[in-house]
Amino acid sequence: MTHTDTDITPTDLTRTEIAGDDTAHQELCLLEAVNLALREEMARDESVVLLGEDIGTNGGVFRATDGLQDQFGRKRVMDTPLAEAMIAGLTIGMAAQGLKPIAEIQFMGFMFPALEQIICHGARIRHRTRGRLHCPMVIRMPFGGGIHAPEHHSESTEALLAHIPGLKVVIPSSPKRAYGLLLAAIRDPDPVIFLEPKRLYRLHSHTVELNGKPLPIGRCFTLKEGQDISLITWGACVEEALQAAEILAERNISVEVIDVASLSPLDTKTIGQSVEKTGRCLILHEACKRFGPGAEIAAFLAEQELLQLRAPIVRVSAPDGIMPLYRNEKVFLPDTLDIINGCEKLMRFE
Amino acid sequence: MQRLSSTETNTKGHHAPLSDALIETYKAMLRVRRFDQKCVALQRVGKIGTYPSCEGAEAIGTAIARAMKTDDVLVPYYRDQASQLVRGVTMLEQLRYWGGFEAGNNFQNCPEDFPSAIPIASQCPQACGVASAMKIRREKRACVCTLGDGATSKGDFAEALNVAGVWQLPVVFVINTNQWAISVPRYLQCRAEKLTDKGLAAGIEGCQVDATDVEAIFAACDKALNRARAGKGPGLIECVGLRLCDHTTADDASRYRGQLDELQHQRYDPLIQFEQRYPAIQEYKPNFERDIDSQIQQALRDYELTETDHPEALLGFLYERNSVSEDQLEQLTNKQIRLQQTEGAGGSHDSH
Repeated sequence: MTHTDTDITPTDLTRTEIAGDDTAHQELCLLEAVNLALREEMARDESVVLLGEDIGTNGGVFRATDGLQDQFGRKRVMDTPLAEAMIAGLTIGMAAQGLKPIAEIQFMGFMFPALEQIICHGARIRHRTRGRLHCPMVIRMPFGGGIHAPEHHSESTEALLAHIPGLKVVIPSSPKRAYGLLLAAIRDPDPVIFLEPKRLYRLHSHTVELNGKPLPIGRCFTLKEGQDISLITWGACVEEALQAAEILAERNISVEVIDVASLSPLDTKTIGQSVEKTGRCLILHEACKRFGPGAEIAAFLAEQELLQLRAPIVRVSAPDGIMPLYRNEKVFLPDTLDIINGCEKLMRFE
Repeated sequence: MQRLSSTETNTKGHHAPLSDALIETYKAMLRVRRFDQKCVALQRVGKIGTYPSCEGAEAIGTAIARAMKTDDVLVPYYRDQASQLVRGVTMLEQLRYWGGFEAGNNFQNCPEDFPSAIPIASQCPQACGVASAMKIRREKRACVCTLGDGATSKGDFAEALNVAGVWQLPVVFVINTNQWAISVPRYLQCRAEKLTDKGLAAGIEGCQVDATDVEAIFAACDKALNRARAGKGPGLIECVGLRLCDHTTADDASRYRGQLDELQHQRYDPLIQFEQRYPAIQEYKPNFERDIDSQIQQALRDYELTETDHPEALLGFLYERNSVSEDQLEQLTNKQIRLQQTEGAGGSHDSH
C-alpha cells in the first residue's frame, strides 16, 4: 500500500492555510492521533475528563489514553469499576453538570448495557428539558474486525447508534481525521459516539498537522475523485476502498472514494452530488447487510437520485450472519477483490 | 409485608408544640396530596395522560426537598412528584408533563434538577455522575437520587452504589419501599431483610426510617446530606411504607393485593400520622386547603391555556444546532391540522 493521506475536503470547506512555523507536524498512527487529541483538549479545557475501564494506570487496553493519568492526575483520568451502564450513566450525569466527559467503552461489543443510558437519557436529555440540560459527552469505542480478537470484540453495530435521534456517530479512518474529528467531538455540545476502527489503530503512520483545528462533523471526505462509480464507505473499509480504486484505475474505471466519516448527521449532499456525477454507487461496510447503514444510504439515493442512477446500487458488506471467530473473519470481512467485483458488476449493467 | 421494628415510635395525641417548620412541612405534604388527587381525577376525565399517583409517599419527598439546599441537585424517578413540587417544580410544569406537553420538564425554579426517570433505576448512575462533577470541582454540594423498592433489583442501582462507595461521592440514595413494584410484592424482590443491606456490599452504611414519619425522614436526609456535602461519602436511606394507590391510573391494584383496609390506610398515610401526632394542626387545615385548592385551580387554568406543541417543538431540540428536514416538518404540520380537524379543537389526551 502506497497511498498517502491526501484528503480532498468538501468543496465548501476551505483547506487549512499552509502551516506557519509554530505549527507542529508529527508522524502519528491513528491511535497516537487519538491520544494526542485527548491530551491537547485536556490541556486546553479543564472541564474535559476521561473515564473508563483500564484507562488510567494501564493507559487503555489499546493504549489510547497512555500517559494521560500521569499528566492530568487521577481526578481527571478515572479508572472506573467494571460496569458499562454505570460508565455511561456517570458520563451523562457529569455532562449535564457542565463537564466534558469522554468515556471509553473498551470494545463496541460491550456497549449493550450502556445503551439504555445512552439512548433513553444521553440522546434525549436536551429534548426532554427543552435545552435546559444537555449532554456534551463523547463515548469512544474501538470497533470492527480484522485483528484476530476474541468473540464479541469484532462487530460493527454502528447502525444501532446511527438510528437514534439525538446522537452523533463519528468514525475516523486516518490519523489526521482521528485527530481533527476527535477535537470536534470533544467540543461538540451534544453526545457524540466516536467509533475507532481498531484495524487501523497502528496500520499506518501519517504526518499530521497539529494545528488544534477540529474537522467538521457531518461532512463526508472525498478521498479520491472519480467519474464512473461513487464508492461510499467509512472506517477501516476505507483502506480496501482506496486499494480497489487504484487497481480499477488501471482498468480504466474511475472510482470516487468517499469517506462518510459521520453516519449521523449524514452528509447526503456530498453523496448525492457524487452520484449525480457518476450515476453508479457502491456502498461498502463491515456491518452485516440487512438493515445495515448502507440500507439508509441506498434508500436516500432511491428517494432523491433515482433518475441519476445508471445501474442498481451495489452493497458490499459482511453477510447476514454473526461475526465469526477470528479464524474465519477474513471470509466474512469485505476485501479488495469483493469491491473490485462489485464495481465491475456496476459497470457491466446495461 | 416487611415492617420496621421501630414503627411504633409515632405516639398518638402527642401534644408537642408545633413549630413553624413543622406547620410548613405539613402544608407541603397536604399540597402534594391534594395536587396528586387532582391529577388522578384529571386523568379520569381525559385531561392528562397516564399518571402514577404518589399517595403514601408525600412525607418522603417533602422531607427530602426540605433537607436539600437550593443548589443541591435532585435526580428523581417518576413517583417522586413530592420532592419535585416541594423543590419548586410548579404544578403547571407537572400538569404539562403528565398532560403530554413537551415543555413540562423545563423547570423554571430548579435549573439543574433532572427530569424524572421512567426506565427503572436508570437515574442512579446519572446521580453518581452529577455527584462526581461536584466532587471534581470541590463543591460543597450533594445530589439526591430517589427510587422505588423494585429499582433496587436492577443492576444500575448496584453499579451506582458501588461506584458511589469506591469514589466516596456526595450522593444520597433514598428508597421508597412501598412494598409493590406494580404487582410484585417486596418479598419477591429481594430476600434481604433490609434493602439498605445492599449498601453494605458497597461499603455504604444505610438507615431505615418510617415512610410516614416526615420528621424522621428529614433528620436522616439532613444528616446524610450534611455528611455528603462535607466530603464524607454517600448515604442510603430506606423509607419503609405502603403504596396507598394503584401503580398508575392504568393499573388496578385490587387484581393483586385486594383492597387496603381502613387500619392499613391510617397506619401508612403520612398525613393522618402527622395529624394524630399533632392534633393542633387541624386548626390550620381548612385555611391550607383553601389556599392550596386555589393554587391548583390557577395551575389548571394556566394548563388549559397551554398551546399545542408546534411541530418544531417535536423535532427542534435534538441538538444545539438542528437541521430539521423541511419535508418532515411540513408533513407534521399538515398532519397536525388534519388531526385537529377530525378530533375537534384542542385534540385529545390519549391514555392507556
